[in-house]
Amino acid sequence: MYTQALNTSEADDRNIEDAGRAAQFQARIDAEERIEPNDWMPAAYRKTLTRQISQHAHSEIVGMLPEGNWITRAPSLRRKAALLAKVQDECGHGLYLYAAAETLGASREELVDAMLAGKAKYSSIFNYPTLTWADIGVIGWLVDGAAIMNQIPLCRCSYGPYARAMIRVCKEESFHQRQGYEIMLTLCRGSAEQKAMAQDALNRWWWPVLMMFGPPDKASQHSDTSTRWKIKRFSNDELRQKFVDATVPQAQYLGLTIPDSDLKQDADGHWIYSEIDWTEFKQVLAGNGPCNRDRMAARRKAHADGAWVREAAAAYAAKRELRQTAQAAE
Amino acid sequence: MTTPNTPLWEVFIRSRNGLAHKHCGSLHASDATMALQAARDIFTRRGEGLSIWVVPSSAITASDPAEKGMMFEPAESKIYRHPTFYDVPEEVGHM
Repeated sequence: MYTQALNTSEADDRNIEDAGRAAQFQARIDAEERIEPNDWMPAAYRKTLTRQISQHAHSEIVGMLPEGNWITRAPSLRRKAALLAKVQDECGHGLYLYAAAETLGASREELVDAMLAGKAKYSSIFNYPTLTWADIGVIGWLVDGAAIMNQIPLCRCSYGPYARAMIRVCKEESFHQRQGYEIMLTLCRGSAEQKAMAQDALNRWWWPVLMMFGPPDKASQHSDTSTRWKIKRFSNDELRQKFVDATVPQAQYLGLTIPDSDLKQDADGHWIYSEIDWTEFKQVLAGNGPCNRDRMAARRKAHADGAWVREAAAAYAAKRELRQTAQAAE
Repeated sequence: MTTPNTPLWEVFIRSRNGLAHKHCGSLHASDATMALQAARDIFTRRGEGLSIWVVPSSAITASDPAEKGMMFEPAESKIYRHPTFYDVPEEVGHM
């Protein structure tokens, strides 16, 4: 009732068979009402969102690794400060998202453990290496550009805490994409060698970035219910097309060539791209991308190295509580 | 027997579908249930809310306004955290 605490998921989920409640729930979704943590929701809705939001959080956290690789080697203080600020933002985004997932009843510890055990996924894109400085430009321009394309509709997602976290994230992402494009522009206006570096980075990242939107609509396993629940507002292919249409002119302005010789514009102005190599996507998801093992090892090491900090903080909090109890008893 | 002082509660209201709860004031009440009812009577007489949270004021840890310089000044010099810091030509369009 009024005073019920957040996260009473277990008690609620027993009512999943309650068709009346499920119909009421769907009616609320259809009426564009936002679902909040205390509201009744089908167990599958809770599970889908917990999976999606926590994967999104893991992606933000793992996403710090490819860019972190270049912080110490950024070509100027300006670039270094910007990159540091960007990586800091990614960490912040991960934290907003973990907190949103926790409103569904999962604990931070179990979410993180699932990722470290390899049971929870993160975006396939972060399993590719950052070989040159131009990769930092491409990540900001394309990887963050693709993320924004995906995240803007999520600002209207039916689950309130997720939608609100996305609004905050989208506001901050704009800087990320612009700093990436600025790096690309600088390289493309530089020496022939710098421009070649920019082209090489685009060549390597283009297809993996298109894969970020997920499997084609005809093969996607999560889309139907997610669409009905208004977690998803556009299909994978729709978002991918929007992204390609927005990006091709940006590449043209840079004087770079999209690595797709069959790319052509149709009568409606849409850019039609070639077939994506979904075998590569599946391989990367299965753990066989160029950097999967490296990323997991880095996350596990960071988590293990941080254990003493968590232990010390907990011990200090316990000590203070003990002292306060003792003082109150005096 | 003396009656204990009535505790203070902070009240947060969600004004519209999808918005976060926002702090709107404080009140005194003996327990959480009474605090919720009082919040309803004090703060939502004109349909201002869809949902109310009440939190014991004593449960809130606040930053010290006297330390606002130490807390927030470091962010002021970091203009590169804003999108406008980066030059993207107008022809490229919105980004």
